[in-house]
Amino acid sequence: MLAATFSDALALLATFDHRVAEIVGLSLRVSGGAVVLGTLIGLPLGACIAVGRFPGKAAVSVLINGLMGLPSVVVGVVVYLLLSRSGPLGGLGLLYTPPAMIVAQTLLVVPLMAAIARQVVEDAWQRYAEELAVMRFSWWQSVTTLLYDCRHSLLVAVLAGLGRAMSEVGAVMIVGGNIDRATRVMTTAIALETSKGDLPLAIALGIVLILIILALNALAFGLRRWATRRFG
Amino acid sequence: MAHDFLKRIRRGIAGLILASVMPCASAAESIVLASTTSTEQSGLFDHILPIFEKASGISVKVVALGTGQALDVGRRGDADALLVHDRAAEDKFVAEGYGSYRRDVMYNDFVIVGPGADPAAVKGAADATGAFGRIAGKGAVFISRADKSGTHAAEMRFWKAAEIDPVGQGWYKEAGTGMGPTLNMAAGVDGYTLSDRGTWANFKNRQNLTILHAGDPKLFNPYGAILVNPDKHPHVKKAAAERFIDWLTSDAGREAIASYRIGGEQLFFPSKR
Repeated sequence: MLAATFSDALALLATFDHRVAEIVGLSLRVSGGAVVLGTLIGLPLGACIAVGRFPGKAAVSVLINGLMGLPSVVVGVVVYLLLSRSGPLGGLGLLYTPPAMIVAQTLLVVPLMAAIARQVVEDAWQRYAEELAVMRFSWWQSVTTLLYDCRHSLLVAVLAGLGRAMSEVGAVMIVGGNIDRATRVMTTAIALETSKGDLPLAIALGIVLILIILALNALAFGLRRWATRRFG
Repeated sequence: MAHDFLKRIRRGIAGLILASVMPCASAAESIVLASTTSTEQSGLFDHILPIFEKASGISVKVVALGTGQALDVGRRGDADALLVHDRAAEDKFVAEGYGSYRRDVMYNDFVIVGPGADPAAVKGAADATGAFGRIAGKGAVFISRADKSGTHAAEMRFWKAAEIDPVGQGWYKEAGTGMGPTLNMAAGVDGYTLSDRGTWANFKNRQNLTILHAGDPKLFNPYGAILVNPDKHPHVKKAAAERFIDWLTSDAGREAIASYRIGGEQLFFPSKR
């Protein structure tokens, strides 16, 4: 039965139409938006924790590392309660819209990206601390310089965030509502087809999702190689 | 050097954020309808909503949940209208002032499905209550929705009628999930379950499952539409939501509902006026 399901799924790949393209497009927009925001918040946050000297630094590092395992469904419920019409931000009317999904996925990827950035920047910090001190860099200059110097390694944090965002289903299901042609993304579409017992279609969509994530990783890998050669 | 780089990134990012948020603001009018997994997974909405959209220009955004959860979403004001199937809970919702009114829309029936081999001999039961009694008597695996949905409420009514308290029994599995996933579980373990006819008819992963009991008048499954009370939640799009409810119960809406078929079988029957 497994083999039959997979061969049916492969046959379905050829029949995908613009509806599937719309779903893929929304997935990329939502998860891409979350990763952009996650990069803006998570990477500087991780670098600040790495470079900063403050009481409770170890506890904060542990907390950020622990939050990498934040269950997406918990994030979904919390964002739902915030954005619900009866919640504190209900007036914005964002529930069941793509921006709500971006907010939820951003909360999911920030700890993950911050934790990786903290480790990467901390390793570099230990190597260059003396040089940066000699150059009389301020604390914030050290953070930005290290972030820039580590940009190739930090690509892993961005890709990890993208992988997490594209593959999660719990948060977008709750705050997006899986509305056809409005908030349906790859993962919620897969969950819906599984619910209908249409396992070949679910697997086919799953194959598309994996191919997209692979393609994005290959693109990042190639870009990094090109950039290293061009700019050193 | 580093600051130039950051500046360039900042400019790019502002554009990206705008691009990711902008397309969400659409001009056409739309309402949010909280409904049940059974109506969504049966494929009914894919059939009737385009017809309504074409006639009215209003797009209906369906959030499919269990009836209990859908009523909850309505109570919080996160939907404009509801289409659900648990009469007792619906009447309570309107009586408490969360809904302006409730209207009969359509009905179909519940079916008892289970493995073709039918170890509990449900097929021979005189009525639905008897069928539930036989499942319990045999201790055959039964998968319960256990998610406060309309189907779950109906199931609990049958256990009560059969004077059985199944919760906590070894053969009674509380899935806590939608109709489709529950059917997937029943198919996986050759178990029994109660399904609405719409989800069953559109369900493709049946394996050994088949309908073992249907047709008892007690298996009647009516769906009602409710307008979320604008007095409680002023942002409710009253005019558009009312237009949808009016359409559902109009000749055009009734015709659209009646014309939805899978394999020649009619899944939903418009309520009599």
